[in-house]
Amino acid sequence: MVLSSSEIDARLERILYNVEKPGRYVGGEFNQVVKPWDQVDTHVALVFPDIYDVGSSNLGITILYQELNCRPDTLAERAYAPWLDLETAMRSHDIPLFSLETRHPLSSFDIVGITLPYETLYTNVLNLLDLSGIPLHSKNRTENHPLVIAGGHCAYNPEPMAEFVDAFAIGEGEEMVHDIVDTYRQSKNDHLSRSQLLKKLSTIAGVYVPSMYQVEYREDGCIQSVEPLLDQVPRTVRKRIVAKLPPPPTHFLVPSINIVHNRVAVEIMRGCSRGCRFCHAGMVNRPVRERPVDEIIHAIDEALERTGFEEVAFLSLSSSDYTHILELVDRVSKRYCGKHLTISLPSLRIESFSIDLLEKLKDDARQGGFTLAPEAATDHMRNIINKPIPTEQLLDMVKAIYSRGWTTIKLYFMIGHPSETMEDVRAIAELCKSVISLGTKTIGRRAKLNVGVSTFVPKPHTPFQWVACDPPEIIEAKQQLLRQEMRAPGMKFNWTDPKETLMEAWLSRGDRRMAQVIETAWRNGAKFDAWQEYENSAFWLAAFEKHALDPAFYVHRQRSLDEILPWDHIDTGVRKSFLMRDYQASLSGELSADCSQQCHACGILPAFSDIEIQQRDNWKCPQPDNSLGN
Amino acid sequence: MQRFRITYAKTHKLRYTGNLDIHKIWERTIRRTGLALAYSQGFHPQPRLHQASPLPLGMTSRCEMVDLWLTDDAPIMSPEQIQQALGEKAPAGLELLNVEVIKLDAPALQTQIAAAEYNVTFLDKIDPAALHDSTKMILTQSTLIRERRGKNYDLRPLILNLQLPQNDPPLLTMQLSACENATGRADEVLLALNIEPALTRIERTNLIFKNG
Repeated sequence: MVLSSSEIDARLERILYNVEKPGRYVGGEFNQVVKPWDQVDTHVALVFPDIYDVGSSNLGITILYQELNCRPDTLAERAYAPWLDLETAMRSHDIPLFSLETRHPLSSFDIVGITLPYETLYTNVLNLLDLSGIPLHSKNRTENHPLVIAGGHCAYNPEPMAEFVDAFAIGEGEEMVHDIVDTYRQSKNDHLSRSQLLKKLSTIAGVYVPSMYQVEYREDGCIQSVEPLLDQVPRTVRKRIVAKLPPPPTHFLVPSINIVHNRVAVEIMRGCSRGCRFCHAGMVNRPVRERPVDEIIHAIDEALERTGFEEVAFLSLSSSDYTHILELVDRVSKRYCGKHLTISLPSLRIESFSIDLLEKLKDDARQGGFTLAPEAATDHMRNIINKPIPTEQLLDMVKAIYSRGWTTIKLYFMIGHPSETMEDVRAIAELCKSVISLGTKTIGRRAKLNVGVSTFVPKPHTPFQWVACDPPEIIEAKQQLLRQEMRAPGMKFNWTDPKETLMEAWLSRGDRRMAQVIETAWRNGAKFDAWQEYENSAFWLAAFEKHALDPAFYVHRQRSLDEILPWDHIDTGVRKSFLMRDYQASLSGELSADCSQQCHACGILPAFSDIEIQQRDNWKCPQPDNSLGN
Repeated sequence: MQRFRITYAKTHKLRYTGNLDIHKIWERTIRRTGLALAYSQGFHPQPRLHQASPLPLGMTSRCEMVDLWLTDDAPIMSPEQIQQALGEKAPAGLELLNVEVIKLDAPALQTQIAAAEYNVTFLDKIDPAALHDSTKMILTQSTLIRERRGKNYDLRPLILNLQLPQNDPPLLTMQLSACENATGRADEVLLALNIEPALTRIERTNLIFKNG
């Protein structure tokens, strides 16, 4: 029996007082949309499978919430993962997972849309389905259950979650979400069965219905074939993009409690032309599309008037590469001067121009610290990952940052890049010591340096997708070396727990068989894996053992170039042949120039050749070089 | 500069929003109206907003107060104009009851509050006679040592009044000290009475100023 929203309300109101931060669970934020449930046909729940504090500022959900609630025939409400204390109380009081707006149980929605921004949320997804009383497995759901859809960056390798999700939305959702809702409504009107609905969904551009595909494996565990089960189902599913970015959302919800990223966020540009070889986002979000300055400023005005927020963040993968960045920063700094507005501009290039930009934005911009991500410390490594920043240029910039008033610099590096040696790792420590000693020389003991060193995970759809992760003992040794070497007054060093890295690696590189491991790990007790990777690791290893699968097969194995990869039938528009070429260039230490300067024929233009040429004019792709087969 | 004192009700879901976050909600509500809220000088300018007395998380109120300052550049506003402007931009659960002009040199709001009154109602049936007895018990004691956040303190002197009128359904009312360094919490009184606060509804009904 499913509880009504008023029954959920009554039970919840007896327990919220005693849970941590109850404001997470009550909604009611300014700009929240509440529609009369019975007067709207199609009910969509948008789920971020982490706690409210982390999930509620997610821009993807914000966009979809606005898109869906603009439709008179549809309502969209939100749900998040309850923290452990509320979950325990919900289970003991038989309270199912509910939406924030009207406290309807998730199982009473028509569509449950789940975003998958990072892999360590997979067990939470299972936990939330379970808390909702929705069968975990797609094949066990009936006409009475919601359609479960997932999207977000992890959907580019949907296979590990394929058994639990009815349909994946691959790529950008602004237009696709309407096609999905339209198709759902049409099928409902036509009284189609669930399997007929899934068939229809599989014909929408960008939608992947995993149950329509059969995967066969070879004896060595690699994939033999991935075959569509029906003629009309596409052999590969190409991601969806919008030809031109629509105006950004401005109806931000204003949370009633403090959350991560409590602010207006404006995406100034989508995609990135840099071509860093480790970067998933840089590969899957092509092509580069920019928003006009006027549109951005108009959106800020509107959003500030609607929300009263005192902070605006410009989002993009590489702010410095936005064509009109100087004009934008100039106009914004003049327009909002004296209005007590903080403007943040993350993802800046390592060049002194970035300091000019930040100085313009705020009188007291310096309080936050200056963040740079060189990722590697030797030219050898930088050529391999295609992020060339000469050490001299970095040190010049560091000196300028300290002398222009910042006291804290944050540097981000990665270890475990392909063909990295201990000397490359040692160079990170050497470089950091040079940075802090330069700081001390420039401003004395006030100089601070925070260094974050994460461990590289070769991501699907990148030139490094074939590469093996470092074995755990090598990661440990590299981290141990850094712990020993990274000692200097004023310097702080953080690293990622190797257990978390490995978890991320097998989840992002897995195939369909990972589903049983994920399910067993969750049944063993794993959830909130990003929060408690240490405790959960044993649950995962036991699950691998139970299903006779080897984490090393997914993580530490160099894959051969002719292997069928689990995600090969998902098409990002970037060709596998391009990734291969770029990988080989990496092996010989060859750089690939920024693709706004020179086209490398990655395939994105021909992949979306059906988009009108006028629309494509705003893409930052130069004229392709035809000799490369564009 | 202009200084206004706003009396407002905090209801519904906003009872799960704590005091610091209410401060932020006020700042953003005022920013939405476009009124020129004054900020403090210095390296970290803060909005010039002063609340009367923090209301613990989970309680509603019909008597919250906040003082706000507008900058020198702001046009002269009447309390009615302020009330209308804020009323249009306030979130659900924050209801404007009154706005008045306050002299710029009047003492800080927080220093003027002496006590606060609370109403407690019960989600479940309770035995009024038993509650009557335990209430009486507390009032006869001269000290009531309780532990909060690892520290012992005496709750008894903070209870200025506590009574259970013979209402149906039963309603417990109390008056607790709300001086800056001697503030009684209504939920602590309930715990002392062996009542689970989660199964009650606590509403602050009145703020009592010093000197009448």
